[in-house]
Amino acid sequence: MNVKLARFALPLLLGIGVAAAAPPRLSPPDDLFKAGTLSPVMPAPELALSGSDGKPFSIARFRGKVVLLAFGFSNCGEVCPITLATLAAARKKLGADAADVQVAYVTVDPERDTAAQMKKFLGSFDPTFLGGVGTRPQLEAAYRDYGISVNKVTNADGSYTLGHSSSIYMIDRAGGLRAVMPYGHPADDFVHDLKILLRS
Amino acid sequence: MSRRAWILVAPLLGALLAGLGWAGFTPIQVSSREALFEIPKGTYARRRAGDLVEILPGTIRLTLGVKDVLLIHNLDEVPQTFGPTIMMPGQSFRLPFERAASYQFICTAHASGQLTIEVEPEPVTPWARIHWRARQWWENHKK
Repeated sequence: MNVKLARFALPLLLGIGVAAAAPPRLSPPDDLFKAGTLSPVMPAPELALSGSDGKPFSIARFRGKVVLLAFGFSNCGEVCPITLATLAAARKKLGADAADVQVAYVTVDPERDTAAQMKKFLGSFDPTFLGGVGTRPQLEAAYRDYGISVNKVTNADGSYTLGHSSSIYMIDRAGGLRAVMPYGHPADDFVHDLKILLRS
Repeated sequence: MSRRAWILVAPLLGALLAGLGWAGFTPIQVSSREALFEIPKGTYARRRAGDLVEILPGTIRLTLGVKDVLLIHNLDEVPQTFGPTIMMPGQSFRLPFERAASYQFICTAHASGQLTIEVEPEPVTPWARIHWRARQWWENHKK
């Protein structure tokens, strides 16, 4: 063996040998949420709105179910359709357990979103989805309590669109605000977290 | 190089090579994957008084598989909006990341109202591990 080469290789091999003896890294436990989690868990702020089914729309109404609460509007061309399609896919993947999951979608566009409009829009993704509508003061209270920002952008032709917070709030069966999923996560991440919430 | 100089340099070179071997091939172990930040009591009051001192860094750098969970404690007396949620006083928000990307979040604890989170890929190659360890060492010694 080349002695000069050995002089260089031996220390390097010694370092690699020490590295090989290091214990393997453990995977995170499976009961950790994919979403962001809040601690301690506090009651989800109550909502005093009207539902797209004509009944009152409140967090208390959904007690006993896991609620996925999000904010958006029926004329949204980008974020809302993706969010709603993702939530519909997650419910399908859950199978029979989906009966215990309620998707609740609150409008950020009270001027255009009536109960009938929300019902039609949400029903195109999943007929069980419920919309929340109300007066501007009622909705402003909901935005404040959940930290929702809404920015109106007026187009040259006088029409407008809305930029808005796009996270999905995950509320447990007891009405506790447990987790918040940022926009963009796939349906499988929702299924993962919903399974944790459904069995807790 | 003379034989005497070589006797002096060889152990140092050997130690350096052994160190590089260790740094490049040992999986990075950390006691916690959480990067903890706190919004101190009085932050809102300071902002209202016109104090623009930054309490949190404008950019937080995370690394997948190593430090990929952001943990924020709201120690202030008022709710604070951080990224996708609102945190009540005394509440914590634990946000894991699974994709390397640059994330822009709203953060009311920042004077600018914005926070950037840079999530880097997991250092899996020897060179990436050496680079990560060297940067950590440098940042720890800068403090």
